[in-house]
Amino acid sequence: MSFRIIVLAKQVPDTRNVGKDAMKADGTVNRAALPAIFNPEDLNALEFALRVKDSRDDAEVIIVTMGPPRAAEIIRESLYRGADHGYLITDRKFAGSDTLATSYAISLAVKKLAPFDLVVSGRQAIDGDTAQVGPQAAEKIGIPQITYAEEFLGFNKNKIQVKRRLERGVEVVEAVCPVLLTVHSSAPDCRVRNAKRMMKYKHAKTDIELQELSEDYLELFESRPYLKINQWSVEDLKADVSLLGLGGSPTKVKKIESVVFTQKESKTLSDSDRDINNLMKTLINSHVLG
Amino acid sequence: MKNVFVYCEITEEGHIADVSLELCSKGRKLADELKVNLEAIVIGHKLKGIQEELAPFGVDTVYLADDKRLFPFTTLPHASIFSKLLKEQEGDIVLVGATSIGRDLAPRVASTLRCGLTADCTSLEIGDHYVKKTDTTYKDLLYQIRPAFGGNIVATIINPDMHPQMATVREGVMKKEEVKRKKLIEIVDIDVKKYVSDSDFVVNIIERHIEAQKVNIKGAQIIVAGGYGVGSKDNFKMLYKLADAIGGEVGATRAAVDAGFEEHERQIGQTGVTVRPKLYIACGISGAVQHRAGMDQSAQIISINTDEEAPITNIADYNITGRLEDVLPKMLKYFKQNSK
Repeated sequence: MSFRIIVLAKQVPDTRNVGKDAMKADGTVNRAALPAIFNPEDLNALEFALRVKDSRDDAEVIIVTMGPPRAAEIIRESLYRGADHGYLITDRKFAGSDTLATSYAISLAVKKLAPFDLVVSGRQAIDGDTAQVGPQAAEKIGIPQITYAEEFLGFNKNKIQVKRRLERGVEVVEAVCPVLLTVHSSAPDCRVRNAKRMMKYKHAKTDIELQELSEDYLELFESRPYLKINQWSVEDLKADVSLLGLGGSPTKVKKIESVVFTQKESKTLSDSDRDINNLMKTLINSHVLG
Repeated sequence: MKNVFVYCEITEEGHIADVSLELCSKGRKLADELKVNLEAIVIGHKLKGIQEELAPFGVDTVYLADDKRLFPFTTLPHASIFSKLLKEQEGDIVLVGATSIGRDLAPRVASTLRCGLTADCTSLEIGDHYVKKTDTTYKDLLYQIRPAFGGNIVATIINPDMHPQMATVREGVMKKEEVKRKKLIEIVDIDVKKYVSDSDFVVNIIERHIEAQKVNIKGAQIIVAGGYGVGSKDNFKMLYKLADAIGGEVGATRAAVDAGFEEHERQIGQTGVTVRPKLYIACGISGAVQHRAGMDQSAQIISINTDEEAPITNIADYNITGRLEDVLPKMLKYFKQNSK
């Protein structure tokens, strides 16, 4: 019997490099316009899962991601770093989903992968910043949750022990598997790509990606089943469409405003005595100081 | 029945957490606008008398769920009690502090109730919403306003169709304000056994090391904060020297805390505290979006950095190009000199 660890990961627009055309009229994100990266805390989650896998000889790590077709990139990335299989959940009908609708779709995928022993995700994604999908998916899957996980401490018989990082300290908790963990960025960084695994998995593709390839390529693919990145649609998951997309999202975006970093009227000073002296005088006279 | 509900967190010391009191203050204002009641729920142990802490903030009713197994916080029992109570009481607006507890509990409850939840709101207002397609007007909705996309946009979120409308808010965002006329607070003791089941108690806490809060920089009006550029724990002494003289507190960025220069309690930013002092002196801080999220509402910002291109220069009122070991002692000297 293998110990199955499912890692929930997301490919996100790199919000550290946002341009003007990134938003659509309905208030949802135009993901195609931005460079896409592996959500940072999901990489911490992947590392967490890999460490659990390393600690036993019967474990496998399965990556699940919900997104547009190009999200296959993070599945390959996970395979390079040590994951064993990947599933891309993709369908136009998922577009515009808020966290509740997203967690519904994800919970269906996880349940379809039963039996499983552990579900690990990053605490939050850098585009939505909500930290909601993990706990909501746990509720829908029907398993307990442990958030702010920082370190895998081991197993105590059939219970997993985890160190949590809280605002003013740490907590060590244990729970019987299956349980869902959300991993904080204070957890160890993900290990780098493994050269051998890169060679092995660099041609891993989803069905959509295969459609665009040549005949010779397809032959290569046939002979290597591990290159298949599984792909699931709304039909495969038997999802109730009314619970997906904009229609299945209780939260609606009423308005979006860009934060314009207006160049503040700022004064540049040197470190000279004169400049500092004047600054302190100004602060004191205006009653900011003293 | 329409009402405003606030989940009140209990601190290590057994008191209602500041963030919950801040939300009670905001909840009171929202309840007044909607002409409904403000209700609080406290789940924990040894809660006798805790309503005294809530009464000054205008809470009308407090539900107390008191049981040994409910402190410290674990998800499932709190979620069971909170969800069932909200269903019974038909909670309409629900506010939860965006702490490690709130961000664990609120989504679980929202999923159970299949309702909308908006995290880390920076502003909450009451307003209407008109949908052209169906020619429907929704009245008195909660506008949940928050930054997203790494802080690059501000979104107004609403839950027109599915209630309750849930929102989490970080500490320090709302102001804690006592009401002018204290109300008589109604206490409802919850029979915990009817709201939880044994299967809720599946996560066990084996060890817990929570430090007593030694420092609370949240309310400081003057902050001298250090980033990775300070260079060492020892170098932070310069910041303390200046802070002591000008009556300020010392803060730090996540990078400085992670590097061991300062304690987490002093961390300012998205994963630390939010501060709104009248003066923020940023020492060797580059100004990453996550840090700015915790201090960009400071009335005045001074940045001391050797890097003229650092992002913080865009939000600072004064940018001093120089080294901390040169600038800070001078600031101290000229402060003392001009204060006489």
